[in-house]
Amino acid sequence: MITLGKDEIAKYPFLADAGQYLKDKGFTLQQFGIDPDLKISLEKAFNRVQVSADGKIYKSDLIDGEASKDYVLEREVFSFLLAIVLLKLTGMTTLIKRFALAEARRAEKYLEKDLANITDESKKELAIRIIDDLFSIQIKKQDDYFIIPISNYLKHSINFHEREWKLINRRVGKGFVFLTPHETVRLIRKELSNYISSKIINAKTPSMILGFEEPVHQLISLSKKFVTYTVTTGEYPPCIKHAIEILEKGENLPHSGRFMLATFLLSRNQSIEQIAPLFKNAPDYNEKVTLYQLNHLAGTLGSGTQYSCPSCEKLKTQNLCFAIPECDNILNPLQFGKKRK
Amino acid sequence: MQEKEIKFLEESFKKYYFDHFDLIHVPERTSEREFGFQKFNSGMTRHISLKNDKELHLLLMQNTPSDVYCSNAYYSFPNLAMNEKDWKEADLIFDIDAKDLHLDCRQNHSVSKCNDCNQVSSLKDHCSKCNSTKIETKSLPCKNCMDGSKKEVIKLSNILIDDLDVEKNNIHVYFSGNEGFHVYVYNSQFQELGSRERSELVDYILFRGAIPETFGMKKLKPNRSSFPDFEEKGWRGRFSKEVFASKSKRSKIISELISNGYSNFQKKLEDLSSIIGSQIDPNVTMDIHRIFRLPGSLNSKSGLSKVFCKDLPKFDPYSESSFLTENTIEITANCPIEFKLKNKKFGPYDNENTAVPTYAAVYMICKNLAIIS
Repeated sequence: MITLGKDEIAKYPFLADAGQYLKDKGFTLQQFGIDPDLKISLEKAFNRVQVSADGKIYKSDLIDGEASKDYVLEREVFSFLLAIVLLKLTGMTTLIKRFALAEARRAEKYLEKDLANITDESKKELAIRIIDDLFSIQIKKQDDYFIIPISNYLKHSINFHEREWKLINRRVGKGFVFLTPHETVRLIRKELSNYISSKIINAKTPSMILGFEEPVHQLISLSKKFVTYTVTTGEYPPCIKHAIEILEKGENLPHSGRFMLATFLLSRNQSIEQIAPLFKNAPDYNEKVTLYQLNHLAGTLGSGTQYSCPSCEKLKTQNLCFAIPECDNILNPLQFGKKRK
Repeated sequence: MQEKEIKFLEESFKKYYFDHFDLIHVPERTSEREFGFQKFNSGMTRHISLKNDKELHLLLMQNTPSDVYCSNAYYSFPNLAMNEKDWKEADLIFDIDAKDLHLDCRQNHSVSKCNDCNQVSSLKDHCSKCNSTKIETKSLPCKNCMDGSKKEVIKLSNILIDDLDVEKNNIHVYFSGNEGFHVYVYNSQFQELGSRERSELVDYILFRGAIPETFGMKKLKPNRSSFPDFEEKGWRGRFSKEVFASKSKRSKIISELISNGYSNFQKKLEDLSSIIGSQIDPNVTMDIHRIFRLPGSLNSKSGLSKVFCKDLPKFDPYSESSFLTENTIEITANCPIEFKLKNKKFGPYDNENTAVPTYAAVYMICKNLAIIS
């Protein structure tokens, strides 16, 4: 466990043991609902959640991660801890997710500053330790860069869909990827936000506290606007159309292409009997084998696992992607033609 | 394939396995591997676990397989169903196949065989006799194909060593037994990577998905000083060597690249992929549950063995991987392409009866270009 100073808890409040922190400061949750002097922290907490729901980052009272008065630092930590209490009382997962992401992005700013700190070595060391302790990423400083083993980099970068994060677009040498402080912390944003949200989800839900009812109700009505509806046009994406054309021409579609086509159609609720005839023209068609394989993919035979349609990224690597503008940066062929209303 | 040919191939393969136990070994950490095999004209039997060479030799003698495979992955329970095996890690593997290199020589030694009427004709997308589109391409790779594949292996090794920090002695190269090479990487930092991460390595090695910004080219106001230079690590260094060729030309070429614009630069990167990227088969490297041809075993597409290449530049697959007997056998060959095995030339044969050594007969029968007379 990392030992944190006062200003560090304010910067990285998710590292603190919430219950213990309140106890150490001599407060109970109930006091925040009724004590007029403490209510400001509850208001700040409400604001912290509300801002995150709008996709923005909470503007803290800290200046460069520090504050002139101790009580400002405390209030920063309180507002975070109370925000968690509010979230638990609302029980809305969408709010928790948004809050966790916003808090991750907030912490990211401090981590980046600490990593780039050349005057205070201990700040840099702490940032490196947080990254190692929380995410098991061992980063080292080398010249102007932070270096991270390629295998470690890949485990995180595959969650990004922007091409600049592809390994090919990184500086690579002798088994390491070279990153700027900004890129280093950006790499762990998702994990950081997952870490924060899992901490919230796993926290105990308290019973309603006097004085907390109003902000909780406001947050519940706020979260209702995030429910989305989608409509599907039913048209096939170009990769699927291409695969069907190849088969119709009687040409050979590679195994990976057949896998894509079958899993796509199964996910669109087509039956095995509907799908099997598509493969009739394949040069090596064998009805028994086709049915056996389709049943496996559908999970009706073998292990029972239903296989899902590969991602666009994977299809690109397999030369099966024929993207058109209508694909509109979807991540999986199944999303093609789906519009958010 | 008809029964007569299958019987002949099975006998020849069995004799090879009986005579050459010394060439066929189980890999290290045997009990954590999954083995599998195929018989001629039959499906795959997999999820087999073996303890040692003795058990492998017994399996070969009892089943006379057409092909034998072993996983690059390590499992707690290799003989259970896929989702119960408990995957631990997998060696990094690569397949480089001459057919994926699209070399000019290919049309000179490939034929189309119709699956409907058995007609063998020059490379076409439909049968010249019955117009069927159920065509199989049969290729008898030449020295140029092998030299091309070797170049790709060398490109791959350089990337593995320089960029991915793999030790040279942990890279093992094998002739696949047909048209290319299999490369294994042991004890690397990549052992535990899943399929999605491996697909990123694939794109890196293929030089695919590169964006102009990586090489200094921006959409607006590109800056000359951000273009790569010769001594840089990784792809920026290799890009410099390929595109600028010499230090004296660098400045002039950067000016050209900038004036040609962003989208032309993107196009240039895509074209470079087939020149500086190593042409590996993406599916093989991405697959972490694959059973891969076992070293020392025979390839049923050729009757040649998958053998270790000690000295790749000098390696001649068609003399060093042919281990079947010299015993003469009568066949009817419809093989319009000349080929060389064990330094001896064969063909072309125009649907004619001929007597050839077993290794050459097996080669043509495996290619479906001959039958037993």
